Amino acid sequence: MAENIGVYVCHCGSNIAAVVDCEKIAQAASEWDNVVIARDYKYMCSDPGQNLIKKDIEEYGLTRVVVASCSPRMHEPTFRKTLEEAGLNGYLLEMANIREHCSWVSKDKEAATEKAIALTRGAVRRVVLHQPIKEREVPVNKATLVVGGGIAGIQAALQIANAGYPVYLVEKKPSIGGHMAQFDKTFPTLDCAACILTPKMVDVDRNQNIKLFTCSEVVEVDGYVGNFKVKVRKKPRYVDEEACTGCGDCESACVMKNRIPSEFEVGLGKRSAVYIPFPQAVPLKAAVDEENCLYLKKGKCKQSCVDACQREAIDFEQREEIVELEVGAIILATGFEIFDPSVGPQWGYGIYDNVITGLQFERITNASGPTGGKVLLKDGSEPKKVAILHCIGSRDENYNKYCSRVCCMSSVKFAHLVKEKTDAEVYEFYIDMRTFGKQYEEFYNRVQEEGVHFIRGKGAEVTEIGGELTVRAEDSLLGVYREIPVDLVILNTALVPCSDSEKVSQIFGVSRAESGFFLESHIKLDPISTTNQGIYLAGCCQSPKDIPDTVAQGSAAAAGALAAIATGKVTTSPISASVNEDICSGCKTCLNMCAYKAITFDENKKVAEINEAVCKGCGTCAATCPSGAITNSHFTTEQIFAQIEGVCENG
Amino acid sequence: MSKLKLAVYWTAACGGCDVAILDINERILQVDEAAEIVFWPLAADPKYDDVKNMPDDAIDVCLLHGAIRNSENEEMARVLRQKSKVMIAFGSCSAFGGIPGLANFFDKKEIFERVYRESESTAGKAGVYPSPAVIVPEGELTIPEFYDTVLTLDQVVEVDYYVPGCPPAVDTIWTALEAIITGELPLRGTVIAGVKTLCDECSRKKEEKKITEIKRPMEVEIDPERCLLEQGIVCCGPATRGGCGARCTSANMPCRGCYGPTDHSIDQGAKLVSAIASIIDSKDPEEIKKITHLLSDPAGTFYRFSLPGSMLRRKRKEDVS
Ligand SMILES: Cc1cc2nc3c(=O)[nH]c(=O)nc-3n(C[C@H](O)[C@H](O)[C@H](O)COP(=O)(O)OP(=O)(O)OC[C@H]3O[C@@H](n4cnc5c(N)ncnc54)[C@H](O)[C@@H]3O)c2cc1C
Ligand code: SF4
Ligand code: SF4
Ligand code: SF4
Repeated sequence: MAENIGVYVCHCGSNIAAVVDCEKIAQAASEWDNVVIARDYKYMCSDPGQNLIKKDIEEYGLTRVVVASCSPRMHEPTFRKTLEEAGLNGYLLEMANIREHCSWVSKDKEAATEKAIALTRGAVRRVVLHQPIKEREVPVNKATLVVGGGIAGIQAALQIANAGYPVYLVEKKPSIGGHMAQFDKTFPTLDCAACILTPKMVDVDRNQNIKLFTCSEVVEVDGYVGNFKVKVRKKPRYVDEEACTGCGDCESACVMKNRIPSEFEVGLGKRSAVYIPFPQAVPLKAAVDEENCLYLKKGKCKQSCVDACQREAIDFEQREEIVELEVGAIILATGFEIFDPSVGPQWGYGIYDNVITGLQFERITNASGPTGGKVLLKDGSEPKKVAILHCIGSRDENYNKYCSRVCCMSSVKFAHLVKEKTDAEVYEFYIDMRTFGKQYEEFYNRVQEEGVHFIRGKGAEVTEIGGELTVRAEDSLLGVYREIPVDLVILNTALVPCSDSEKVSQIFGVSRAESGFFLESHIKLDPISTTNQGIYLAGCCQSPKDIPDTVAQGSAAAAGALAAIATGKVTTSPISASVNEDICSGCKTCLNMCAYKAITFDENKKVAEINEAVCKGCGTCAATCPSGAITNSHFTTEQIFAQIEGVCENG
Repeated sequence: MSKLKLAVYWTAACGGCDVAILDINERILQVDEAAEIVFWPLAADPKYDDVKNMPDDAIDVCLLHGAIRNSENEEMARVLRQKSKVMIAFGSCSAFGGIPGLANFFDKKEIFERVYRESESTAGKAGVYPSPAVIVPEGELTIPEFYDTVLTLDQVVEVDYYVPGCPPAVDTIWTALEAIITGELPLRGTVIAGVKTLCDECSRKKEEKKITEIKRPMEVEIDPERCLLEQGIVCCGPATRGGCGARCTSANMPCRGCYGPTDHSIDQGAKLVSAIASIIDSKDPEEIKKITHLLSDPAGTFYRFSLPGSMLRRKRKEDVS
């Protein structure tokens, strides 16, 4: 197979050239079979660099191109385009990663150069076997599904709806709003959370382009970018949403009134079995809690709610519904959950009355909360000494290694609110103070001036000494061990992935990072896309973040979805797997392997089938198939082995 | 028309392939009508020189069964190749190493240690190892040299066709013989057996491949209708070439893999590893470990017949770094 290959070795400024001898690679490459020209250049990705390739394609009649440079995740699209511009199919390119795999991971110039030569040789061997393949264009359904109605989902939904396109917003709770709806004030400006959130929630309700599903969850996703088919399970509310006016008469009449811990009040308040989640709820409709309603649970209740409702809205005949939707894009905005500090008895949560979480403090300090906004101890008295502990469950090898990013700032916010509302001394125990956002450091300085004691050292233990609640910590600035008696401890707990995120990741075919949060395409350059084309991420389901970042990501995800909607079509990667019917034995080994559910079985022909449009070309099935019946284009066995042999060969 | 000149020879093998040829029963008469057997140690009593003295290409077709395990095997393979127009690797040992090939999980030294020193049946002085040449009062005595690595026939000489099986099924043998007799041989290099893997011809019902346990056939009451693998019994069917008529699975025994890989898989053992790994129904690494540990002798199970011809070929040698 004679091909004319051009090999281009990039210096990446000094990123590569400082460790790897680029000239030597080019020299070595010029001796290999099929290579007609080999060059090294300062920046291959620059205009002059790309022009070099284009000129050579013309002058030397190149039929294949190898670029030895950075990760293909960075510039493969760049160089594919270069080839296309010179009239060559973009897939006749192969890249050798001599930066991340060589110069950045070694100081040994000789060894790094040797490895770079080997990788380039592998690329040259492989590229000979490349086939020209064409990207596909698929039409895009103009509707978008947004999953999760926290601030992230609200922002994304409004953005798309305001651009004039339909949105389905699916929220599993009876109201949208997410965590932000529970807060009192928000750092760094101390805006009242409800004041800035409620208008947006109402906008969602009023927007003609948004169809809201509450008490609902997505149970199945089929199809592919531009053409997803989604099944939503709408759980019964047992209240006719049309008829209900949100007056709350049923709630007051319910025989279970004030007997059920309220989720919204994080267990600090009580509610009825039929309830309106919170005064600003959207939709402002009652919902019956199946688990606690006497009638639904035991079939025995005088149904005082039914009598109380003048609109005859209570409807115990309501049943679960499956709604089928067709959408072109999906935005996941399922947020986070709060780390449960009772798993670590050292923190005293659930043991001592006056140890609470940050979220509980948000409710206590909220004017509509259980204490009417007064900071009070369990016994109703005002605290005199308050401890705020950072990093509970974050930055901790035993729980979560990552930093939850918002707790330093919310701790500072809590300190300010305690100071504002009481005369208490406030002690903050922190490992490092991370106040990196716009106006954040200024806010921290302001609170420091308010006389809060900042103690550098992790609150290691909350215990009782002589009947007094005490925080033990090592003060790493003073180098002393401290025991500080307090009467209220606020544990600022980690933001953790939702407990159902494994299930959700499977339904949507997205991956999860080691932390358990959903995985983006590229941590820096594409933090909103996933490896499942057409599915985007927004807010804390991707990683913990504050409201400004959440809102920004919500808008960015909306922009991603809108780009495809506006053009009406998307191009999908031509890299996909296919089954050779003449080889497939119908063993069914591959059927459960596809994360994207692209494989089905034809019971008549007794062979597996792959839907090319759904397939992401991951290659799992090709590796699985014990018959060797599945081939993944652009990653054929021959190509992979040619590359391995090229890398392993000497000289 | 002059009769076809046929040779049958065995190298490192059990002899089962010879018996399998006789198993074609009365059809052997048809073979006899069409062919003259010029060399067949099992049936006649020829000497090495009988073949060595033949002119080149004197044999039309040679069926060679057995792996190449020592220097005599290799020498005869070369001689027969030279004397035969068509060389057929007959049976799994010759085609991809077969049972003798399992020795490649060890080396010569380890095998000798075990056989001539440690073995319970070692009689006389332990630790006397065979050596290719010994001087005795009467002169020098020689025996073939034992190789470190078992080879397939095509690693030693060029092979024209392959007939897999341990031993090849009667129908497979007849297809091959018929092709030889009628002269309608397929493309050179063809494996004369099925194209798809065994699951295609196995009549068991395949539903969902998900297992939470690995069991040995004697540990369960086997459902005669359902796919064995789906019942947790390691069946090599999914990665093994069909054409055998699914003799084992129809007798409630899992496929052991004797027909080797298909044309489209490079390594039968590796394919089995990924197939079994793919169907384990758990995401918990600990549980997966527990399930896989239920499989005794995975290497021997997955590479039972194909180690020398596989990508691995043999266990890594210690002195190679
Ligand atoms: C105690 C505390 C105080 C904070 N204070 C501030 C502050 O002052 N300023 C600031 O900028 N940030 C603050 N933050 C951070 C802020 O909470 C987040 O940035 C923000 O809530 C993230 O919004 P979200 O929409 O991504 O997630 P969430 O608010 O968690 O919303 C997710 C929504 O998705 C729904 N959902 C989840 N799973 C599913 C599913 N499977 N199907 C359907 N719906 C689903 C949930 O019910 C919820 O409504 C604070 C965080 C904490 C814990
Ligand atoms: S009483 Fe009727 S109208 Fe009022 S909140 Fe309850 S269900 Fe709705
Ligand atoms: S694993 Fe391979 S042989 Fe088995 S059903 Fe899937 S494609 Fe067919
Ligand atoms: S795995 Fe074995 S038992 Fe199951 S269908 Fe394949 S050959 Fe038959």
